Amino acid sequence: MMAEKIRVLLAKPGLDGHDRGIKVVARALRDSGMEVIYLGIRNTPEQIVETAIQEDVDVIGLSILSGSHMYHFPRILQLLKERKAEDIVVIGGGIIPQEDKEKLEKMGVKAIFGPGTSTQEIIKKIKELIGNKKN
Amino acid sequence: MGLVEDMLKGDKRALSRVITLVENNSQNCEEILSKLYPHTGNSQIIGVTGPPGSGKSTLINHLVREFVRKGYKVGVLAIDPSSEFTGGALLGDRIRMLEVSLDSNVFIRSMGTRGTLGGISRKTKEVVRVLEAFGKDKIIIETIGAGQSDIEITRTAHTVIVVLTPETGDDVQVLKAGIMEIGDIYVVNKADIGNAEFMVEEIKALIASKSSNVSKEWTAPVIKASAKKKEGIRELVEQVEKHWNYLKVSGEINKLEERRVKNEVVDTLNRKISNYLLSKLESEFGKEIFDEILKRKESPYSVVNRLIKKFLC
Amino acid sequence: MCRGINLFNSKKIDEMKKSIDKWEKTTLEESLKLKSERKKEFFTSSNIVVKRVYTPLDIANKDYLKEIGLPGEYPFTRGIHATMYRARIWTMRQFAGFGTAEQTNKRFKYLLQHGETGLSVAFDFPTLCGYDSDDLMSKGEVGACGVAVDTLKDMEILFEGIPLNKVTTSMTINGPAATIWSMYIVTAEKQGAKKEELGGTIQNDILKEYMAQKSFIFPPEPSLKLVVDTIEYASKYLPKWNPISISGYHIREAGANAVQELAFTLADGLTYVEATLERGLKVDDFAPRLSFFFACHNNFFEEIAKFRAARRIWAREMKERFQAKKKRSLWLRFHTQTSGCTLTAQQPYNNIVRVAIQALAAVLGGTQSLHTNSMDEALSLPTEFAVRIALRTQQIIAHESGVTDTIDPLGGSYYVEWLTDKMEEECYKYFDKIDKLGGVVEGIKRGFFQKEIANSAHKYQEGIDKGEIIVVGVNGYATEELMPVPIFRIEPEVEKKQIERLKRVKMERNSKKVEEAIDQLKKAAEKEENLMPYIINAVKEYATLGEITKALKEIYGEYHELLIY
Ligand SMILES: Nc1nc2c(ncn2[C@@H]2O[C@H](COP(=O)(O)OP(=O)(O)OP(=O)(O)O)[C@@H](O)[C@H]2O)c(=O)[nH]1
Ligand SMILES: [Mg+2]
Repeated sequence: MMAEKIRVLLAKPGLDGHDRGIKVVARALRDSGMEVIYLGIRNTPEQIVETAIQEDVDVIGLSILSGSHMYHFPRILQLLKERKAEDIVVIGGGIIPQEDKEKLEKMGVKAIFGPGTSTQEIIKKIKELIGNKKN
Repeated sequence: MGLVEDMLKGDKRALSRVITLVENNSQNCEEILSKLYPHTGNSQIIGVTGPPGSGKSTLINHLVREFVRKGYKVGVLAIDPSSEFTGGALLGDRIRMLEVSLDSNVFIRSMGTRGTLGGISRKTKEVVRVLEAFGKDKIIIETIGAGQSDIEITRTAHTVIVVLTPETGDDVQVLKAGIMEIGDIYVVNKADIGNAEFMVEEIKALIASKSSNVSKEWTAPVIKASAKKKEGIRELVEQVEKHWNYLKVSGEINKLEERRVKNEVVDTLNRKISNYLLSKLESEFGKEIFDEILKRKESPYSVVNRLIKKFLC
Repeated sequence: MCRGINLFNSKKIDEMKKSIDKWEKTTLEESLKLKSERKKEFFTSSNIVVKRVYTPLDIANKDYLKEIGLPGEYPFTRGIHATMYRARIWTMRQFAGFGTAEQTNKRFKYLLQHGETGLSVAFDFPTLCGYDSDDLMSKGEVGACGVAVDTLKDMEILFEGIPLNKVTTSMTINGPAATIWSMYIVTAEKQGAKKEELGGTIQNDILKEYMAQKSFIFPPEPSLKLVVDTIEYASKYLPKWNPISISGYHIREAGANAVQELAFTLADGLTYVEATLERGLKVDDFAPRLSFFFACHNNFFEEIAKFRAARRIWAREMKERFQAKKKRSLWLRFHTQTSGCTLTAQQPYNNIVRVAIQALAAVLGGTQSLHTNSMDEALSLPTEFAVRIALRTQQIIAHESGVTDTIDPLGGSYYVEWLTDKMEEECYKYFDKIDKLGGVVEGIKRGFFQKEIANSAHKYQEGIDKGEIIVVGVNGYATEELMPVPIFRIEPEVEKKQIERLKRVKMERNSKKVEEAIDQLKKAAEKEENLMPYIINAVKEYATLGEITKALKEIYGEYHELLIY
């Protein structure tokens, strides 16, 4: 029997090229046994959602350090809804003020990690969100 | 079980879901594949193999774009290795195919090898079947490019494209290794940075020396290309089409399909019977059976023969 | 390197050796018996093993005059000026820019009033990547991290009422540097300033974009060509301008350690010099205008050693490899910024302390200008209050600490001199590796730098996750207390207004003339001419940044990143 795998799409929407964090996370998730589809920098919300659907991922992880989070997160949530794919969990990381964090969580972003979050914490949270059915 | 129906109606999300179920070998996997089977068998399956970094994904991006332009529906399976230790994988091929991935006629899926060796696994073959049923005209498989082990690709693909670069040129070993026997089309990519001409001639010579003992009507063309500069793409598309045509006109396709179906039956048989017998092994003989073999009171052959006699005859 | 004993007399050295041996067997051993050390080995951030204590033995074989020398003299280890901060404090240059050109203009005026001596412009991401504000790719990012500049119009508003022949301006722009600089030049000329009066810096360091920051546009070769165009243009017409600021900052922030920052940055610098020489310029005609930009992190002495080593290596390479004659050609002049990635979102007030330590290291390292980060940068764009404290930090170091009273006060420190040598040694090891790869551009294409940086970032994170590296407030001394930091926000209308302005400009300009200018630019690009005059032409007609970039993409192609985790 093959084990099910947690599949995660990691991408940076928008134009900022700071990919130090997302790359470290990509490696850590892989090392924890997940399948990571890595889209890199400069992605539009449309690209991200289409990829998430084709790859049937469980989680979309977005990294935004450019301050554009109040545009990109809601846009991606909206597109997922339009595609009837709200079940895909959206999480994110970056420099996101507390106030915005709360707003985004209300909109449906399941977790937001600030700078300094350990990779174990992220892995733990993903496993929690996806449930124990996998891995 | 609405998924299969939705998928057959053309729902992308349902297709994606079905692929996951198949890939995960879920309970209803066989049932799904059985339902889909009648809808399969109409697609050209194209394998793209070659050393890591030779430009497979970049070429596929161009190939897909040209196919779509011609009105085809295209599916891509991009395979990357899973870690042997953790089972995790970083799947990065599709980043090279972003240009085409938004097209409504294109579906790209990344897969980890998940512990299987060789360029393509049973699961890959099954997912190909799913894409066939979805109505893709062209299905492209990007293998992990592990050299010899890519022989597997010939059992599934109708057309195998081998991508090499002038950089691999020095490495004659690569050429002599199995990879030189499996190609229906050869591409010398990255012509913009190296001496591709030389490489093209070398491969042509190798093919000529091999084809004397194989009486095939198809001689593998060798194409000089630069995926980066979009050169040689037209020719590649033409040759892929030409090969498909050749397979159909010559009747070769029937042989290939027959072999493929046989393979599926044999694979399934092997797997199911051995699983079945393995499940009986301990319940029948107890754990001590291995001890018996260790002590040379039994041999592996005698044990298996007893099993077969008891459960299969 | 010199062998033998140069700095001390050999009899004294022998005595010292004996004393140290004895000390190890007695005083030290007794101490260790009572209490062992906290770690088996101590490392700098670049994995250099730090000894328990440094003594004259560690520097005894140095040739002081050859390797260390005097301030203002070759090899400039102690500083590029003979008087350093005794004559003039470094330039306090705070990076700024947000929202629209009008808002930034106001902020500039505020900063000038508060004693800042140079302006610094940050552009938003669309501008950095060469997209207009109305491009699909720009959505959600217009004015978010800096000012949006689409056309000459924005530049005119940005510097309205600021005499450009009186201030110096530093512009953080790389991929589209030639275009943005052209807009600045035209704006200044419209104010009545002359080209030769203009002082300032464009970052214009494209090589590090492929390694780290990723705001590349074209492939490396044509990008490098564009950089040489600007260097050539500056050397002819804007002698007071620094056409490039060779930057380690982003390499470091992307995860590189101090040695990697040093080596990759200097290797980039050497690449630009080579490319400019190939164009036919004389080294002493442009080398004096090359400047550098480094990060300063927390490992205090390592950072100081890095700056000292950088000066010495650069001077040597310029002199020996390129036969530069002018003193100024040998100078490694640099701007420093404290490290954004060491600042934490947790307990943000702690960041004031981190910034102070880093700023002090930069000053002890002999920086020419300094940006101190604001404590709230890990949370949001900086508030005015936080920016002010950051600036005050510099002023306290300058006026209260006394470290500016003497030059290179750490020169001669056994540890710092030893570490300076060590950094240099490690740097040359990287130079060798890069040479073997076929140079920087080839290394970029093969992902060498990207891999090195990703590995260091990974290692650092692992260290934190395992608790081997303690970050106060994050994985040590973490408290739940949330200190409210007021958050500065960009109004959502910024994007709308910017797009409206762009529309207006497009309507009002002479579109036929724009087309012609773009056409000429493309033709010149195909012929490998210096593009500056053509870009300036297009900019004058209010061609947009996006239009100019797109035209060049058609000739040069577009760069896509390598996949390296
Ligand atoms: N110079 C040049 N570079 C190319 C060409 N084709 C691809 N590349 C570059 O080669 C690198 C690898 O290309 P990919 O398409 O990812 O190669 P791949 O064979 O799919 O690689 P793996 O999936 O990792 O085995 C990328 O940086 C491409 O941009 C080409 O024709 N010329
Ligand atoms: Mg690939």
